[in-house]
Amino acid sequence: TGRLPNSKSGDGKPRLLLMGQRRSGKSSISSVVFHKLPPSETLYIEATTRVKKESMHSFMDFQVWDFPGHVDYFDPAFDTENIFEEIGALIWVIDAQDEYIDAIMRLHKTILNLQQHYPAINVEVFVHKVDGLSDDFRQDTFRDIIQRVQDDLSDAGFENAPVSFYQTSIYDHSIFEAFSKVIQKLIPQLPTLEALLNSLCLSCRIEKAYLFDVLSKIYIATDTSPTDIGNYELCSDYIDVIVDVSEIYGWDRPEGEAGEEEYGESGNQDAESLITMEKKGNNYLYLREINKSVFQRPESASMADPKQSRYLALICLMGEDSSAEKKALIDYNVGVFQEALKQVFPR
Amino acid sequence: MNSVKRQKQRKVLLMGKSGAGKTSMRSIVFSNYVAKDVRRLGATIDVEHSNIKFMGNLMLNLWDCGGQDGFVENYLTHQRTHVFGSVAVLIFVFDIESREFAADVINYSNIIRALSECSPNAKVFILIHKMDLVQTRLRDQLFAERADYIRGASEGFKDSVDFFATSIWDQSLYRAWTMIIYHLIPNAASIETLLQQLAEVIDARELILYERTTCLMVTHVTRGMENENPYTDRFERISSILKTHKQSMSKHTGIPAGTANFAEMQIKTGRFMFFITRLTENTNLAASIPPSEQIFNAARINILLARPRFAELDIASRPRAPAEGG
Ligand SMILES: Nc1nc2c(ncn2[C@@H]2O[C@H](COP(=O)(O)OP(=O)(O)OP(=O)(O)O)[C@@H](O)[C@H]2O)c(=O)[nH]1
Ligand SMILES: Nc1nc2c(ncn2[C@@H]2O[C@H](COP(=O)(O)OP(=O)(O)O)[C@@H](O)[C@H]2O)c(=O)[nH]1
Ligand SMILES: [Mg+2]
Repeated sequence: TGRLPNSKSGDGKPRLLLMGQRRSGKSSISSVVFHKLPPSETLYIEATTRVKKESMHSFMDFQVWDFPGHVDYFDPAFDTENIFEEIGALIWVIDAQDEYIDAIMRLHKTILNLQQHYPAINVEVFVHKVDGLSDDFRQDTFRDIIQRVQDDLSDAGFENAPVSFYQTSIYDHSIFEAFSKVIQKLIPQLPTLEALLNSLCLSCRIEKAYLFDVLSKIYIATDTSPTDIGNYELCSDYIDVIVDVSEIYGWDRPEGEAGEEEYGESGNQDAESLITMEKKGNNYLYLREINKSVFQRPESASMADPKQSRYLALICLMGEDSSAEKKALIDYNVGVFQEALKQVFPR
Repeated sequence: MNSVKRQKQRKVLLMGKSGAGKTSMRSIVFSNYVAKDVRRLGATIDVEHSNIKFMGNLMLNLWDCGGQDGFVENYLTHQRTHVFGSVAVLIFVFDIESREFAADVINYSNIIRALSECSPNAKVFILIHKMDLVQTRLRDQLFAERADYIRGASEGFKDSVDFFATSIWDQSLYRAWTMIIYHLIPNAASIETLLQQLAEVIDARELILYERTTCLMVTHVTRGMENENPYTDRFERISSILKTHKQSMSKHTGIPAGTANFAEMQIKTGRFMFFITRLTENTNLAASIPPSEQIFNAARINILLARPRFAELDIASRPRAPAEGG
């Protein structure tokens, strides 16, 4: 929170606003996604009484503003311009386990206000805490909320307001997946990234490829084949394995361990990893850390823990006929992909 | 090959008052439950037996003894010799949150008395459980106090009983069970010797031998600089990392968690290389080596060559002299 809110436009640091009724789960979401708080511990979070601003230093810098529940965001006492000017997305959290009529009314008012002054802002509605609901009831609730919001908007004359809906819970990966999609909309290079991933998948018989931000575990792009939350979960769990093992064995060794110099030849700092499953016979998961340096932040901006360098990882779920013997081919193509990525994100 | 493999049955009693967490921990360590699943478990009625094939032919014969008063009464009277006879290990679980600690200890000493009567050579492990519910700064002291008090009630086992603070929500559970299993493996020393030799041949920084299905550590060898690794809890941590990952894999692939095994996993970085590979029918070997492709490739070949020697050691694949207590 040490950094000032962005005041100049175009500095590439979008702002995500978390809004919604009290106790809808906004602070929990922000703590779980950005501070890795275990979900069960959100029970002890205190009510938010003032706007809490968090800066995320990830592959892309962005800010998350967590708002207290009961404020009128368009009250003249609030500096609306300052709030909405740099905004990338407005995330509106609705508690699906609670009465939601009031929440929808306030959301409606907010969208109308935004449409007048800031029509470009994405409105992302998180239908939240769906973990407590039976499958049927959850679908009904979700549909009902979408219907009401859209009816209200079309009554007010807005047919195509940019509003999207997600079902989320902090108790599973759905909240990370929703954030991924919200953030992807803010990356102008997304179509290029998708095209690159598509061609990688094709050339190496990869079933699904994700480009992950390792720190936040949000994926910033995937190939355009259908996504499945299971795939995302698997890849996200796999990142945990690599990060945890790297922490355990990557500790700082004093210089000059016997014979250490000889190993200079493999001075590749980007980790790579591969898992082969017994029953499958194929290499099943492939991970490669991608150019920690491309996204290297300017020295002056470094507020984050220096040990937590920020970088991306490419994770591929291999197809049935992509066997471990083809690893050289995959390595080669990943190298090509990496080069292309440098063109997309020049320094 | 010897067609009639001898099975080494080792009887393990899991006891403690109802709700202490016995079935929960058993399900996590041996049945691929994750911590949050255990809320679904009901109270255990009488004794639930499970036979767990651990390494080779070592068979753990686990008796999960329901802790409600009526059942315990019955264990101590009608079923006394049936329950307490030929026990290799007693694991007694205390719930740290219990409001009747004194009463729990009285129950414990009744059980200890029955045990020393029927299986005087058994080994006793005490788990002081649900430590996650105690504030961090109070944990050590509370644990020490309780352990002291319980030791005082341990009669003939006073000097040999071992204590662990545990919780299903962190790796402490793995630490405790690793020690228990280690105690039950009859030929740990010869496995270690062989592992030490292998570590020297392949120039490993560390080798860890894991049982495949539970991911519990059997033993490890640490060399040189790695002895200074600041993560002293790394063996339990790796156990639980692997366990979690297996669960994740099985969920995705549809392979049951019990059989979702990696044939191979490797991580290569500029600071270290790490891989896990099959060593014997029941064990996986995790190796941390210096960051060099040559060392990596040579290590894989040498491990392949060493497999037959380890296979011979896999417990009881050769007839051995009978051990005490079993
Ligand atoms: N907080 C916390 N709760 C735990 C832990 N271990 C188990 N529990 C909870 O304790 C309750 C009772 O667990 P069980 O495993 O059924 O208890 P038990 O000892 O088998 O009980 P009986 O079968 O009646 O003897 C469950 O609700 C678990 O969720 C722990 O480490 N921490
Ligand atoms: N079941 C469930 N409860 C949640 C979820 N997210 C948050 N909560 C709970 O909702 C309550 C209110 O959350 P909080 O973050 O303080 O709400 P805020 O006022 O909007 O910031 C807390 O008790 C959370 O534990 C969820 O996904 N599922
Ligand atoms: Mg039970």
